[in-house]
Parts: sequence; structure tokens; C-alpha cells
Amino acid sequence: MGEEKLFCKGGGCTAKLGAGILSRILERIPRGAEDPDLLIGYDSHDDAAVYRLTDDLAFVQTLDFFPPLVEDPYTFGQIAAANALSDIYAMGGEVKTALNIVCFPETMDLNILGEIMRGGAEKVIEAGGVLAGGHSIADESVKYGLSVTGVVNPRTVYANDTPESGDALILTKPLGVGIILCASRVGEASEEAVAAAIQSMTTLNKSAAALCRGYHVHAVTDVTGFSFLGHLHEMMHGTHSCEIFASQVPVFPEALRHADEFLLTAAGQRNRNYVGDAVRFDGVPFSMEEVLFDPQTSGGLLISLPEQEAPALLKELRESGLPAAIVGRVTEAAAPEILVK
Amino acid sequence: MIKVNAIGDACPIPVVKTKNAIRDLNGPGTVVTLVDNEIAVQNLEKMARQKGYGVQAEKLGDNQFQVTMTVGAGDAAPAPQEPVVCQPQRSGKKNTVVVIRRAQMGGGSEELGKTLLKGFLFALSQQDQLPTTLLFYNGGAALTCEGSGSLEDLKTLEAMGVEILTCGTCLNFYGLTEQLQVGEVTNMYTIAEKMTQADLLVEP
Repeated sequence: MGEEKLFCKGGGCTAKLGAGILSRILERIPRGAEDPDLLIGYDSHDDAAVYRLTDDLAFVQTLDFFPPLVEDPYTFGQIAAANALSDIYAMGGEVKTALNIVCFPETMDLNILGEIMRGGAEKVIEAGGVLAGGHSIADESVKYGLSVTGVVNPRTVYANDTPESGDALILTKPLGVGIILCASRVGEASEEAVAAAIQSMTTLNKSAAALCRGYHVHAVTDVTGFSFLGHLHEMMHGTHSCEIFASQVPVFPEALRHADEFLLTAAGQRNRNYVGDAVRFDGVPFSMEEVLFDPQTSGGLLISLPEQEAPALLKELRESGLPAAIVGRVTEAAAPEILVK
Repeated sequence: MIKVNAIGDACPIPVVKTKNAIRDLNGPGTVVTLVDNEIAVQNLEKMARQKGYGVQAEKLGDNQFQVTMTVGAGDAAPAPQEPVVCQPQRSGKKNTVVVIRRAQMGGGSEELGKTLLKGFLFALSQQDQLPTTLLFYNGGAALTCEGSGSLEDLKTLEAMGVEILTCGTCLNFYGLTEQLQVGEVTNMYTIAEKMTQADLLVEP
């Protein structure tokens, strides 16, 4: 790869604006007339929109892009694409078409851009979609991602905020990639940990979403920039509460070590500011708190489904090679909204 | 005392530089870190609390903050699990609502009125009995926005649990919507509700 390195200083989903600022802005944006066929829009804090065309066909539309979070451009392309495609899977949809979103400095070596787009294209193909075009903007710094369109049956679309009391919560990927990459930027992360984080981020949520089809899943979201607790908070939607079993949550062990050394992102602290009031920790170590607030890039699915069905789905997820775990259960609305113990 | 300049550094660099400085102290002492954003301040404070260091943060100006950490002799001791509560809970039981309807206090000289209001808001933050809510509307809306001399006092009040609400229509009218610096935007329904449900309505 030689010279083809990217300069990264905090990319991936750590580069997102905080949820706190965002919700203040979104509240004030004019909505226009309500369209009954818009089944999921930004009212539900979802990253994607679902629009019904006929009784059994809706399209799912999403986009995501961000600055580099790893130095290798091909790997960056793969991660950015897997992350953008994930929103389709979180809705229970099937990927159809994708368009590239590119910001790239005019003075930089175009081979680097080629590598980024090759990585992205491979993931779109793996997802079963067609890369149909895109736009490129000359910019001071590199950013890459996809706009993705998929289809879903509107009757079986997964919302992210409709869990039911008595549900079990399953998480399909380990947490802590944000902290590991943060530590890597200051030369503290081990090669093994970075490789494991990359392997996780380039894994599509395709098979996890497909396996959900066999169960009475009530709510699904993908865990990304707002952290496990941030997305969990959106899932509870003020209508439910939950208990999280900290010792059961899959994490990258090295992330805990770096959290104890305070190698933490700004985005993680913004997540704590945004959602911290809804959370009570009961005997949870500081490092685990930080991992639960850590912004994830291309994170796993968080699935809410009836407790009695959870072991069977968990078994299938594990057999497909995902390090999934049952991490908590949903209860009636109570205070605190999220109890981590 | 060691000074650390972390202006322009993204997290976790400010924390890494500060940790290195604390190691260089080689014992008790003080490390003063300059950063350019509040989140970096919070990440530094988090480390200090976990490590049991004394910590004090101060805003020096726009995008400039100073965090002073004091490392004591006994700081090898493990940090307490729960962060120390910095501010005593002083909210009274009575539901007191303070209404700021213009940018000055009292009639007469505008210059004097502005100084008086600034003094009032500071004095308010020092009370044993804190109000439940502060409402800002019409000319008062400027007080919660960029350029207001009372932002620090209002942020202190907010940190102590006082609800700070500014009329959204007023912000919009004066073109201040993007300049709001403290508290939340509210509407006339909430303003009417807060005022009618107050045990005591205070207007300086």
C-alpha cells in the first residue's frame, strides 16, 4: 500500500454531531403536510425513511458518510459502506441500489479514492445491491459513504422504538470500536485489537437481519454514533424501561483497558451528556460505563423480541459466526429508564 | 506547576498530554491545561474525578477553557465510585418562577438597568432558595443568547437544576434563534402554564 495512507483524526461515527444539539435543531424544522405513506420518518429518530408504495411494497431510503477512521483507504471504504448499508438491515429491508457520496481534495492522489470506492463497491455487491452512480465534491478533507435504497414489506418493517414489556434484548456485535480507534490514534492500541475492530466494522448486518425474520421481533436498531445507551434510549421511546446486564454485554476487552486510561472520544462524552440522565449504573466499573457510551461505527443490531424466543435466535446468530449475546430485558416504563447492573 | 497547551487538540489528546504532565510532576503539584471546547473540559474532569485529583475549570473566553488539576500527596488512593457532588442541592420546595421580560431591571437609565439585571441574576445564583424556573421573553430573550453578560450565571443556575426557558417566538422575532446559549426553547402554552402554576412569581 506504501504511500496510500489516509490522514485520520477522529473519523467514523465519532465525527457525528451530538444528539443533544441535533434534536434541538430538528424540532424547529418545518415538516410540511403529513403523508400517511411515510411510515417511518425522523419523528422516530430513525436514520432511514420508509415510504409505502403499495400495500405490500415500501422503499427504505438512507444515507451515511464520514471522514476516515482507519489509515487504509480500501478498509475505510468497506467500513463506510457497511455502516451505510446497515440502516436498511435495521429496518428489515433488502438492499437494491446505492450511490457513492465522495468528498476528496483535488490535490490528493486519486488512487486513494479508487481504493476507497473499491472497498465500498465490494460491500454493496456483498449486500446484493447495485452501485448505480454517485457524486464527488472537491473538499479539504476526505469523506465517503453511500446513499442506499432498499425495499421492504410495509407490514413487516422493523421500527426502532416499539419494544414490549417482557422482551429480551440481543446485541449482535461487541462494543468499544470507538475507544480502540481513539487509542490507536495515539499509538496505544494493539494491532490485534485494531484488526478485530476492523473485522467487526466490515461485517454486514445482513445475516443478523435475515435471521430476525424467523421470529416475532418487536423492535430493531443498529448501534452507531449515539452509542449503545443512546440508541437504547431511543428504543425505549419514553414508553418502556429496561435492565441491562453489564457482564453479559459483548465488548472488546482492550477497549475497557483504554477507557481506564481515559483514551476517550469527545463524541462519547457528548453521548453521556445527552442520555446520561436516563441511565443509572449500579456497581458498574467506570470503564464499562464508557464503553456503553462509546460511539460505534458500523455497530451491530440491537433486537427486542419475546423472551421465550430469544435463546433460539441467539443460537442461530452465534452459529452464523456473530458474537451475539442477550444483554438485557424490557420492562414497563419506570425510573430510571435504563438500569445497568 | 506545569502548563499544558491543548488548544486545537481533539480528544483524547488533551487528556494524554495532561496525563504526561502529571507523570512529569513526579509527586504532588498542579497541572493547568488549556483547551478549546467544553467537551474536552468534561473529559478532563472525568479523569480527575476517577483519579481523585482536585479539579477546577474556568472559561477564559470564546473557545478557551482552563482546567486546573491538583495532585495531592495521598492521590494513590483509589477514586471514589460516585463522582463528588460539587453543588449542594439548594432548590426550595416552593415553586418559584422568575420572569425576565426585558433586558434591563427597572425603568430609568438603560445602562443602569442592564447592570442591575446582571447583578440580579448573579445574586439569584447565590441564593439558598433557588427558583424552579426562569422564563425569558420579549427583550429578556437576549439574556440567554450569545453576547449576554449573564451566561455564566445562567449556566450555573442550570447546573444546579433550575429550568431555563426562552420564548421561541421572541428568539425568532429578534433573529436570535441560532444564538441561544443556555436552557431550552419554549412556547406560549408552557409559559402560561409555568406562570399560572407558580407559588410565587418574581419579576425583577
